[in-house]
Amino acid sequence: MSELKLKDLYDGFRDPATIRMLAAQIGEEAKALHEPLRIMEVCGGHTHTIMKYGLPQLLPGNIDFIHGPGCPVCIMPKERIDHAIALARMEDTILVTLGDMIRVPGSQSSLAVERAAGRDIRPLYTPMDALKIAKENPDKRVVFFAIGFETTTPMTAALLHAAVTQKVDNLYFHINHVLVPPAIDAIMSDGQAKINAFIGPSHVSVITGAKIYAPLPQKYGTPVVVCGFEPVDVMQGILMAVRQQVEGRAELEIEYSRSVTMEGNVKAQQLIDMYLQPRSHFRWRGIGDIPDSALELREEFAYLDAEKVFAEVLPTEPIDDHKLCICGTILKGLAKPMECKVFGTACTPNSPLGSCMVSSEGACNAYYRYAGVLG
Amino acid sequence: MCLSIPSKVVSVDREKNSAVVDTMGVKREAGLDLMEEGSVNVDDYVLIHIGFVMNKIDEEDALESLKVYHEILAKMDEEERSRVVLEDDNCENRGTP
Repeated sequence: MSELKLKDLYDGFRDPATIRMLAAQIGEEAKALHEPLRIMEVCGGHTHTIMKYGLPQLLPGNIDFIHGPGCPVCIMPKERIDHAIALARMEDTILVTLGDMIRVPGSQSSLAVERAAGRDIRPLYTPMDALKIAKENPDKRVVFFAIGFETTTPMTAALLHAAVTQKVDNLYFHINHVLVPPAIDAIMSDGQAKINAFIGPSHVSVITGAKIYAPLPQKYGTPVVVCGFEPVDVMQGILMAVRQQVEGRAELEIEYSRSVTMEGNVKAQQLIDMYLQPRSHFRWRGIGDIPDSALELREEFAYLDAEKVFAEVLPTEPIDDHKLCICGTILKGLAKPMECKVFGTACTPNSPLGSCMVSSEGACNAYYRYAGVLG
Repeated sequence: MCLSIPSKVVSVDREKNSAVVDTMGVKREAGLDLMEEGSVNVDDYVLIHIGFVMNKIDEEDALESLKVYHEILAKMDEEERSRVVLEDDNCENRGTP
């Protein structure tokens, strides 16, 4: 192969023969592991790939996946969804957000229910469409409910930049952007988590660079391998983690080197810094409060901040998940979804009680969806 | 949510600071706001995420990875390959998730 075709970027990294070959190699090399490899894939995109392609069934018994908190929809606490609903209920307001958020239940309702009741709630393909909607509706307020990890934050920053430079005065922002490293620290810091290796997120790392995971190997003595989202990438990443464990190394490695560098997308990082700053506290559904784990608008853009401008309509009470939900325990690798009393009965994707069942990137949702694969 | 899809740049509009890309045969527009000026050109491979180009895919690197896999697979002759596959099918130490 001398010239890359677009098809190669899909098929080449999903090739069943390559997946089998890597599985055989992992099976061989994992025999030398002195303890089971309990590897956390932090990102929901990886959880989805792992379950969709049935990767656990290709691996030996001493390799276990622990599914992380990297699903922006799943970790959104109910009180933040209630904010979106309260904003959508204001007179002359259009609430816009990325599609994933529409179905997620808050404490009493969801954006889908509100939309059915006649509120103007619009899913976006790209944040930039919010600018167009604001310009087309000068007599209305448009509120962008911004969600996502580091991958999605620069797109919000680009929209902010456009709104500020073009002086669009009827577009507001409700910022819910969260950060990966503090969430990993929150899971690892109490010493209970049974995790001894990490698969680092793919596209978060494209933006931030792999450098954001640099402290982890030293702090927790765990290998970190930044992987792509395709099944071949994940299998190659597991092989790299197995090799590190066998050789007694704990290092940061990049498997996804076709897209990830150590430094990341510097222009995107600068754009984020221009408009957003660390937020001192953010409550994660299933985990609880994590200090400095999210972003907020800088003070000079308070006039765009829906949380400040419309503070009087926003509820302030934190709302916890159902007490039978064990998502927090699942995220630490201390339990599997099937061990939850309400899994698949009182808690299903159509009616989730807890965070891990909310979106297809959540661990419980993926187990429910691909239960047939689990045999 | 985060699944950015590899795409090929078909055309670049410097005026609008956007590009038309081909994603598995579907043509669509993507913003270049996150990319350094002049860094994205026709025939580049890029990742698109919610309407923006977020990076350029390193073509050499992708080719190299695929080449390595092809070479390993080619080394396994037919008999070896079927042995691995059959062994894998009958693996008794299958990990349960």
